Amino acid sequence: MAGLTRSDVEHVAYLARLQLTDEELDRLEGQLNHILDQYAKLSELDTSAIPPTAQTIELENILREDVATPSLSVEDVLRNAKATEGDFIVVPPILGSEGN
Amino acid sequence: MPAAMEMTRELGHALAARFRAGEVSSRELTLAHFEVAERQNRAINAWLSLDREAALAQADAADARLAAARSEGPDAVAALHPLLGMPVALKDLVSVAGGQCTAGSRILEGYVAPYDAHITERLRDAGAVLLGKTNMDEFAMGSSNEYSAFGPVSNPWDLDTVPGGSSGGSAAAVAAYHVPYGIGTDTGGSIRQPAALSGIVGLKPTYGRVSRYGIVAFASSLDQIGPLARDSRDAAILLHAVAGRDERDSTSAPVPVPGELLSLPASDDEAAMWLRGKRLGLPAEYFVKGMEPGVEARIRDAVDALEGAGAFVEEVSLPHTDYGLATYYIVVPAEASANLARYDGVRYGHSVRLDGGDFIADYLATRGEGFGPEVKRRIMLGTYALSAGYYDAFYLKAQKVRTLIKRDFDEVFGSGIDALVAPTSPSVAFRFGARTADPVAMYLSDACTLPANMAGIAGVSVPCGLSEGLPVGLQFIGAPWTELELLRFGRAYEAITAEAGWRTLEPAQLALADDPAGPTPAERAAALAA
Repeated sequence: MAGLTRSDVEHVAYLARLQLTDEELDRLEGQLNHILDQYAKLSELDTSAIPPTAQTIELENILREDVATPSLSVEDVLRNAKATEGDFIVVPPILGSEGN
Repeated sequence: MPAAMEMTRELGHALAARFRAGEVSSRELTLAHFEVAERQNRAINAWLSLDREAALAQADAADARLAAARSEGPDAVAALHPLLGMPVALKDLVSVAGGQCTAGSRILEGYVAPYDAHITERLRDAGAVLLGKTNMDEFAMGSSNEYSAFGPVSNPWDLDTVPGGSSGGSAAAVAAYHVPYGIGTDTGGSIRQPAALSGIVGLKPTYGRVSRYGIVAFASSLDQIGPLARDSRDAAILLHAVAGRDERDSTSAPVPVPGELLSLPASDDEAAMWLRGKRLGLPAEYFVKGMEPGVEARIRDAVDALEGAGAFVEEVSLPHTDYGLATYYIVVPAEASANLARYDGVRYGHSVRLDGGDFIADYLATRGEGFGPEVKRRIMLGTYALSAGYYDAFYLKAQKVRTLIKRDFDEVFGSGIDALVAPTSPSVAFRFGARTADPVAMYLSDACTLPANMAGIAGVSVPCGLSEGLPVGLQFIGAPWTELELLRFGRAYEAITAEAGWRTLEPAQLALADDPAGPTPAERAAALAA
């Protein structure tokens, strides 16, 4: 399996929204490649005819009545937010910003 | 030893009997446990919070409930749950309304849980006393508790070694007699491995046995909640209290919880008799490369003892065991990277808002500051494994191998094997720093436990002696929904080894942990690194 380059590591960190220091990037480049080497073992197995397992208990389509039930108070929901205004959480601007 | 301290040495079911007989109040036993927990927390660091006021209020309520039941008559007393009035430790990823819930992470420092987890409600219903929240590897990622943002935890058997992880705080608290009962979670071994390293019992139930509502999510197709205790009967009692269907977790299964969990045999003869004629499978693949000889010797001794007591032991093969580690370290980081995307610093948790109005820069800074090294590593792995062009090669491939691992177990249990018997951990407790430099060395700690998580089945670890003065864990693994049978195997093993000399030993460095001026686990780790 192809290894990760330093710029791959930087790209994945951006996708994962993790700001990493140069030191962290250096360390992760080595460690991630070491871990990816372990994955190569799986190519020993022919799995072309094997279905994937996403969950292990055979439960399907759990449905419930669509009825309104009491939920948390606005006060409880807002208590953990850093910035609030009235009954709202203040979020960073997402339109017209550089990240958009 | 003062009488109050002696009380903390007792098993939960023994304390419950004395409580019901009126020999001791819940307030008294709560205070006794509190005293030990507080005194040793500098040396062991098992607790991230201890809530004396709330615990005493719950203890007084338990005393009142017992008094009310007494005035109603013996039937009302008999109907009380054996957890009534008993102190319980909760891993700090279980929501308790109004309390902290850090999951061992800076990113959740200061977060206040707005509601109770399902299991918190169930424990309140039973009348348990919630003593506090225990230390853990950040977001349950780790096998040593060294990845906690709030410092490592010492193993009471040797304060320079780890208690295992990720439920290391709960395991150390139970092993050091701070509580008879602890709650942990197990995604790849995080209950069983610390139970083994700390010399106690730990059960990972079948996926779906316990509702995960209100538990901080890590890898959602594997996470399960389970009990830690000092014997199989107590583990069964705690499982009974928290198990069962809850419609707020659609993966919690509508499978009845056996009432017999509350009546595992008290008599050693009865417990040992049950073992006769049972078929145990010994999977050759679990004696992994690099297993310590002392661990293997204890496991072989235990297997001989089980055979000597009338169980049939046969070698079985789980041929895909060796692929478990690679499969696990694709599936788990992938699910974790998706689950941990929610920590964006907007609605709750650690938050960095930079000037300049670039919201992505805010996310990058918040997450870069808030997460520790192992969490970052797993988010990176998972993000890479799920990224465009790699999904089939990694995640889909791993899910297919997961099918093969599950089929191995299906075949063995389909052939009439009642349970597998195997080591829990390839090593005893290791020193601080021994595995933090190499992530793969740390991941190998869970080689014998993670296959059960991949297959969604149940496993229990029970102590089976010492190697180099440190505890060894014996694992029983069973088909889905066989927790009761696994605990009967655990109970039977306890019965047939009741006279063994090692059973009388207490964790060797408990007295050292009482020293109010001794080093903290972080100081010990730093000294070992120097």
